Amino acid sequence: MTGQNILQMQNIHKAFGGVIALDNVSFNVKKGSVHALMGENGAGKSTLMKILLGINKPDQGTICIDNKEVTWDKPSDALAAGISMIHQELNPVPHLSIAENIFLGREPINKRTGFIDYKRMNEETSHLLKELDLQVAPTELVANLSVAKIQLIEIAKAISYQAQIVVMDEPTSAISNKEVDKLFQIIQKLKTNGVTVIYISHKMEEVFSICDDVTVLRDGSFIGTESIREINMNQLVSMMVGRKIEDVFPQVTHNTGEVILKANNLESKGLFQNISFQLKKGEILGFAGLMGAGRTEIMEAIFGLRKLDKGELIYKGKKVIFKHPQDAVKNKIILVPEDRKNSGLVLNHSIRQNISLTTIGNYTQKGLIKAKKERSVVERIIEKLRIKVSNMEQSASSLSGGNQQKVVLAKCLLSDPEIIILDEPTRGIDIKAKSEIYKIINELAQQGKGIIMISSEMPEILGLSDRILVLHQGQITGELLKKDATQEKILQLAMGRNVS
Amino acid sequence: MKANTHLESQTKNIWSQSRLKIKGYAGKYGILIGFIAICIFLSFASPVFLTSANLINILKQVSIIGIVSMGMTMIIISGGIDLSVGSILALTSVVVAVCAQNSIPLILCILIAIAVGGLAGMINGYVTAKGAISPFIVTLGMMTVARGIALIISNGMPVSGLPETFFTLGSTVFLGLPLPVYIFFLMIFVTTILLKKTRFGRHLYAIGGNEQAALVSGINITKVKVWVYVIGGLLTGLAGVVLAARVGAGQPNAAVGYELDAIAAVVIGGVSFSGGIGHPLGALLGTLIIGVINNGLDLMNVPTYYQQIIKGLIIVAAVLLDKNRAK
Repeated sequence: MTGQNILQMQNIHKAFGGVIALDNVSFNVKKGSVHALMGENGAGKSTLMKILLGINKPDQGTICIDNKEVTWDKPSDALAAGISMIHQELNPVPHLSIAENIFLGREPINKRTGFIDYKRMNEETSHLLKELDLQVAPTELVANLSVAKIQLIEIAKAISYQAQIVVMDEPTSAISNKEVDKLFQIIQKLKTNGVTVIYISHKMEEVFSICDDVTVLRDGSFIGTESIREINMNQLVSMMVGRKIEDVFPQVTHNTGEVILKANNLESKGLFQNISFQLKKGEILGFAGLMGAGRTEIMEAIFGLRKLDKGELIYKGKKVIFKHPQDAVKNKIILVPEDRKNSGLVLNHSIRQNISLTTIGNYTQKGLIKAKKERSVVERIIEKLRIKVSNMEQSASSLSGGNQQKVVLAKCLLSDPEIIILDEPTRGIDIKAKSEIYKIINELAQQGKGIIMISSEMPEILGLSDRILVLHQGQITGELLKKDATQEKILQLAMGRNVS
Repeated sequence: MKANTHLESQTKNIWSQSRLKIKGYAGKYGILIGFIAICIFLSFASPVFLTSANLINILKQVSIIGIVSMGMTMIIISGGIDLSVGSILALTSVVVAVCAQNSIPLILCILIAIAVGGLAGMINGYVTAKGAISPFIVTLGMMTVARGIALIISNGMPVSGLPETFFTLGSTVFLGLPLPVYIFFLMIFVTTILLKKTRFGRHLYAIGGNEQAALVSGINITKVKVWVYVIGGLLTGLAGVVLAARVGAGQPNAAVGYELDAIAAVVIGGVSFSGGIGHPLGALLGTLIIGVINNGLDLMNVPTYYQQIIKGLIIVAAVLLDKNRAK
């Protein structure tokens, strides 16, 4: 059954502004196969998929489906041709029913009355749900479903378009093991029905258990396509990283000092419980786990963005409660948020305004901002962190992801923090900027700052952390020292299994 | 060959850069250019327009809405909106008049009225920030409540019979300009300093630009929000005093729809309706454009009903311009 290519993307080239996102990338997928698309964040996977789905147009290159060249004017063209995608971030309308969500925008109309034909819509939905062995009524509101169920509903939706090709972007990032098994069953079923699946994932284990082929992208370039049976995990990792891990992560030992922060039995109902840990001065404490394990929520609670239901925080030997982020910042604890565009930066403001935001009070005299002082401080930190800007007055939105992240870091560092909480500090930025940010993080630890780093990128968490706490469904499932930590151990713990 | 293409791309680059520059200027000074164009047009259309008496008259006419629009500028930059300014204006004009009628010293009357404006603003800000309710709703409520209070205090009638000294406030002329115009200019200055030179101003921009980022950066959002509505209220209170002084009475039914004029002035002036962007001098230009158009249409004997249509079209056109600039 397999053998013939259903999809051929040839010599795809795409640039945004001056930044090349895809450089001469080819991507061929066999009919009825499960094809993994791998690569680090920023490697160009999502751009390639956006081109396949007609969201972006390629600057150069061709797309062939079933050996016929196609061009998309709009996303609905791709959908009509049988290509649909299940996005990593799910976008259901919570207060509509399952059926209404699945048929959103193409509701069947009763020809006689001109109204929506709910009977038909619900029948077709219930047929779809049965196919996926989902025990829910089509009239159930999506708001009442778990994240995992919603994920499966999205799959149902994708299938309902009579899709030939279904793209799944990190489909297991928010679901439990049992549900992963279920997802794999569904993928198998799709396969036997002749549907082709493009499976985007960072998780080696999954790729090796469900996929037939794998294509690796790196920094916008095509690295290779291999059959899963003819490649092992190490080969795949080196294809993705392109260099040995030691080159990216300078081996630095940190001299850790006294305990600066102690968390005792933190709990927030439904999100996390029994969270206890200690952070020492000069230490990088890594928080590993799958998406949705509660890592971000714990940090938000410590930082005052979220309410704690239970537990206490001891900071420098004193019990503290931060009700608002401003309390934490005043106490020299800062958070570099995961989502720099929504919580890190004021995108349409200048780099200068962004960097000086937290500390603007330090540059005032009799209540008035001294522009000269502000500029010189900002200039110094731009130089120190090697932020590439032509002018500090250009808007933050004009910078690349890596430089944007450095702007957020610059803002935080100016407030001279003692504890820095980094949430996915290098998400979506290129490898060169990454290694520069790693250098900065290491320097900060050497200066004696306590650093908490949440990261979903294995090499990063393994390469930087002195100690790693692994979370699974809101609980700490294990603690690993740097010398004992391996990718496999972390993954096992993150999936809630014991490490022997 | 290669050098040739290099040169080509370079010229292309310079060309596109200069085009960008022109586009940038047109965007930045678009309102100013528009304002000048309208003025040139009107000076040809009416011989009276460019006389100093008329220009002073325009300034006098816009000073009240101008003071209000300074507060509105700050509020909109913070990402908020205040629909209650018209009612607060009427209320404070009644308050100052009632106080003056009861022979309270003039300066105290003025301070009381301004304080009432500030109090109303504080309620707006507090409910908006603490209750996490849309300011549109909160100030809509305040709009009705303040108008009601103004009508109750005044029994629904203009409050007149004010002491002579009160009128001098509205009629004193210094170096050819009436006092309200100076108050307006002073408030532009104060607003500019607040927005551009203080920590508070910087925080306002940040909150309007991205509230979540401002929160994570350690800014006390509630405090800043309450204060911006308080300042807006104080400015409106001041405008209410000027109004009462100019017409010589507290007017419970005055200033209906002023909130829309103030919002229009601010938005025409390039202050982004979604917050985070804008300059008080832009709002000044917006105020002047509205004033000049009102005045010019009067001079040209355009019937009032048509004036409304023309004003409405200009507001939308200005925002379209603003939207293109944002791109």
